[in-house]
Amino acid sequence: MSNDHKTDVATTGIVEGEIVEFPLPPHHHRLTDTDPRAARRAERQVSTMFVLSGVCIIAFVAAYVAIPETSYINLGPVGTLQTSNLVLGLTFGLGTLLIGIAAIHWAKKLMSDEEIVDYRHPVGSPQEDRDAAKAAFDAGVAESGFVERKMVRRTLLGALALFPLPLIVMLKDMGPLPGDSLRHTIWRKGSRIVIDVTGQPLRPEDMQVGSLVSASPEDLNEIQEAAGDQNARAKASIILVRMKPSDIVSEQGDGWSWNGILAFSKICTHVGCPIALYQQRTHHLLCPCHQSTFDLADSGKVVFGPAARAMPQLPITVDSEGYLVAQSDFQQPVGPSFWERA
Amino acid sequence: MTSTSVRRNKATGLVVLIAGLVMTGVGYAAVTSTAEASVAMSSQTQIDQGKQLFQQGCATCHGLAAQGSSEGPSLIGVGAAAVNFQVATGRMPMAQPANQAPRKAPVYTDDQIAALAAYVASLGPGPAVPSDEDLNTSDANLAEGGVLFRTNCAQCHNFAGRGGALSNGKYAPSLMNATPRQMYEAMLTGPQNMPIFNDKTLPPAEKRAILKYINELQTAPSPGGLALGSLGPVTEGIFIWTVGLGALLAVAVWIGAKVR
Repeated sequence: MSNDHKTDVATTGIVEGEIVEFPLPPHHHRLTDTDPRAARRAERQVSTMFVLSGVCIIAFVAAYVAIPETSYINLGPVGTLQTSNLVLGLTFGLGTLLIGIAAIHWAKKLMSDEEIVDYRHPVGSPQEDRDAAKAAFDAGVAESGFVERKMVRRTLLGALALFPLPLIVMLKDMGPLPGDSLRHTIWRKGSRIVIDVTGQPLRPEDMQVGSLVSASPEDLNEIQEAAGDQNARAKASIILVRMKPSDIVSEQGDGWSWNGILAFSKICTHVGCPIALYQQRTHHLLCPCHQSTFDLADSGKVVFGPAARAMPQLPITVDSEGYLVAQSDFQQPVGPSFWERA
Repeated sequence: MTSTSVRRNKATGLVVLIAGLVMTGVGYAAVTSTAEASVAMSSQTQIDQGKQLFQQGCATCHGLAAQGSSEGPSLIGVGAAAVNFQVATGRMPMAQPANQAPRKAPVYTDDQIAALAAYVASLGPGPAVPSDEDLNTSDANLAEGGVLFRTNCAQCHNFAGRGGALSNGKYAPSLMNATPRQMYEAMLTGPQNMPIFNDKTLPPAEKRAILKYINELQTAPSPGGLALGSLGPVTEGIFIWTVGLGALLAVAVWIGAKVR
């Protein structure tokens, strides 16, 4: 600490540069410092824990060899669990824990118990060091001619300004721009609707009133194999529900349903969770992520939760062979809102 | 006094009705061959018994002819499967009006449930109680059942079949105590807010694959134990934030404590 370092000491009454000894609380010696028997006891405790740790580790090795994977043990409320999992976890965990506890117990009871005073010093550098640094910097600026040689200075600044440009240009490699792909799915006029997983095409009479089917377009697998595009599969997911035609209050378009069968996107319009929590009595579709609720009997409108847009409806009809098909692609972008969306 | 007499009159009407039905059954039996007669007799008796039970225990909400009322839906055409599911799981009769009827101990005996089912089945065609053959999963594909379960069931019943919340106090129940017959019936009939998975959209073989997968969920041991309800990050997070961090804090306090 330098003597010319100015500090406002008026309020504290401390004289500049003087080291102040604050009164320390009296030091109480530990029982292990005063009583040799207590010290020996602590020593024994620490050693016992180290020995137990070793026993646990040997038990771990023994259990690893001896306990078959097929052995299970019932621990009542905890449930039935694999014996080797339980024993290996307990022995290794205890072996580690005991080393830690013994080390801390050793440090607290037996290692030296000296109290020392650790003085606080000002954080800033001494004034003379700061002055020297400033002088060196100024000398450097003067010697380099950075101020006088304007052309060098300006071209240097120009070069540095352009330097990050490649990094920005390379951002393009993060992928092609989405174009209008966010507004379209692979559904198109005449796409046959098939049941998800099994790929079975659907006739209207296959669905009872109150039923729910997760479905996809028939050509989904070909398109996926050709383009390797998982987004296409995700965006094309739909659910079909059938309700009494008299229960339908409104639809997103005239003639978009078929005798009470309605098709909706399966992707929540909030942040895009797949949803099929359809409650057939209320015709509500609930998203488990943020509880957005859509009324499928009333244009898929949002009746609760953070979703801002109705669930897009897929217009469907029946083809000449009697199978359910799409009338067209979705008329609204499916999935969550995006920047360019009006 | 008046109400008692009215009740008495109703009871009289009921007895007369049952007597009439029994006599019709007996009369019908009398004019058919003996082998057929015994079948017709037992089923007609069962239907009559079911009707009686229905009018005592169910008609308040579902109407005297099961036509439905403001308190309960019509049961015409729901089939024996729906009755067996609702009554054998104790969901019906409901103890009190609620958004959802909870599972509880069944009120009726197996014979009475069969009689109720026979009566409701006689009102209109509907899905029958699945036979033991329908529930035989020995040829079912477990892996296919897993895919179908995750596609069609897991959204409400949880990936591990532990159930989950729906809106307005409704919920998808846990499948851990459900029997294969009850689950098959639930898929066929769509009880309460569950959608129907009829045989055309989910063929019986696929239903059996799902049953086999759920049986696996019910019986497979959990190597780690302490599944915390298999509810995912909510219970696991609460556990680690309370028990795990609590243990770390206790150790930190012990390390920092002054030694005497």
